[in-house]
Amino acid sequence: MSRQSFSGLSLIWRSLSKHRGWQTQWRKPEPKARYDAVIVGGGGHGLGAAYYLAKEHGLTNIAVLEKGWIGGGNTGRNTTIIRSNYLFNESAALYDHSVKLWENLSQALNYNVMFSARGVMMLAHTVHDIQVFKRHVHANRCNGVDNEWLDPAQAKEFCPPLNIEDNIRYPVLGAALQRRGGTARHDAVAWGYARAADALGVDIIENCEVTGIRRNAGGAVEALETTRGVIHSPKVGVSAAGHTSVIMALAGVHVPLESYPLQALVSEPVKPIFPCVVMSNTIHAYISQSDKGELVIGAGTDAYTSYTQRGALHVNTHTLDAICELFPNFRRLRMLRNWGGIVDVTPDRSPIIAKTPVPGLYVNCGWGTGGFKATPGSAHVFAWTIARDEPHPINAPFTIERFRDGYLIDEAAAAAVAH
Amino acid sequence: MLLIDCPYCGKRPEIEFNYGGQAHLARPQQPSQLDDQAWAEFLYMRANTKGVYAERWRHSRGCGQFFNALRDTTTDQFLAFYKRGEAPPALSGEGAPPAPRERSP
Repeated sequence: MSRQSFSGLSLIWRSLSKHRGWQTQWRKPEPKARYDAVIVGGGGHGLGAAYYLAKEHGLTNIAVLEKGWIGGGNTGRNTTIIRSNYLFNESAALYDHSVKLWENLSQALNYNVMFSARGVMMLAHTVHDIQVFKRHVHANRCNGVDNEWLDPAQAKEFCPPLNIEDNIRYPVLGAALQRRGGTARHDAVAWGYARAADALGVDIIENCEVTGIRRNAGGAVEALETTRGVIHSPKVGVSAAGHTSVIMALAGVHVPLESYPLQALVSEPVKPIFPCVVMSNTIHAYISQSDKGELVIGAGTDAYTSYTQRGALHVNTHTLDAICELFPNFRRLRMLRNWGGIVDVTPDRSPIIAKTPVPGLYVNCGWGTGGFKATPGSAHVFAWTIARDEPHPINAPFTIERFRDGYLIDEAAAAAVAH
Repeated sequence: MLLIDCPYCGKRPEIEFNYGGQAHLARPQQPSQLDDQAWAEFLYMRANTKGVYAERWRHSRGCGQFFNALRDTTTDQFLAFYKRGEAPPALSGEGAPPAPRERSP
């Protein structure tokens, strides 16, 4: 299948020829009756899994089913923070696998995902924070993940808008900085994977909701009932974020997830003022500046489970209180938009990328509030798991059974907040 | 913000309350009899229903009481509030959502 290759030269050529002749990024195929594998969920994780299945495992008769449209779910709703400075060995391996893939993703996909390793700085406001972050720095160093400790003056040097005065409610006592962390353009990640997967023959089927999972006499997955007809496939990978519980229930599989609204907001666009990503878990402030100039701000989850894709305003104002105290020069900025997405949260705040008790059914879920950063790595090991019917060494610990067997990967306790 | 009708105090804003998760989860009567799977079910598995969900709230910045509510998680609309220890009220009438289940299928 021929596809247009993007380059600086092609951009100049197309602009000289008045931008006529750009092709659509992916086809709009009708679903076939039978595929070798089907991914449910056309977000970054699902599209990426399809791409790696086709690219690295030679499975090209595959489809991605998306209930809505590509880039309309959590992939297009998050605050695009990328980092890998997690405490536990299992998490560090998984997230750093992802960061390494991020670094060359634009070249691999021939699509500019605008990955920018501008540095992620996590602020410490209490003695407990200092101890926890220093422990993270040392644990990360043992795992080959960069993370360094900054005192308040160094933090201010790295991020000049930061207020390090000691007269605020939660003064900045220091910070942990991962220089390889940063941001990427979230829509471009979905579109880039969709385009690259499509070019390898993957059918991307939008507006196609899964309504049932058929199983054969042996209990294995046989077919999916969808709003666009029955689709047969011996392998089904579910990558449905906040709706994973609903999809898995169709096959009678129970996963330890709760779905919560997570909100984010952006300010009016301003000139470049914010050079990095700053996170404060303690007072719930997550902020960076997009290339368009908007300050991108993440709020916390709402208190209750919900599927509404909206949350309460007080969750946003709580975050803005913290932002205004840490960055006083943002106090007069107006907020432009806010929105919510539904995130699937596990009890230990680590994901599940695993086989399920149903043969042929695989699940990639539980990314909670921090799934975007893991998109390439998660998709890569999920594709491996589907293709070989066994987990990649990196995702082997991230099973459903770890909750039964007591091998939690307790990043919830390590970070003391959702992340 | 949700407006929550505490059975003891009346309608109050959500910020006076803490969420308590899925309701009607009883601690096992014979803990020593449970195997690992049963413990995992009790500790970690929640229904996470898309639809009518029975859940606990605590009026922690008010009377301090726990109570239960039925809420439609597709609209965030509350359908009933009732005291702890009581059975969830039956929802009837045209267009009423189905009664809650302890577990999703």
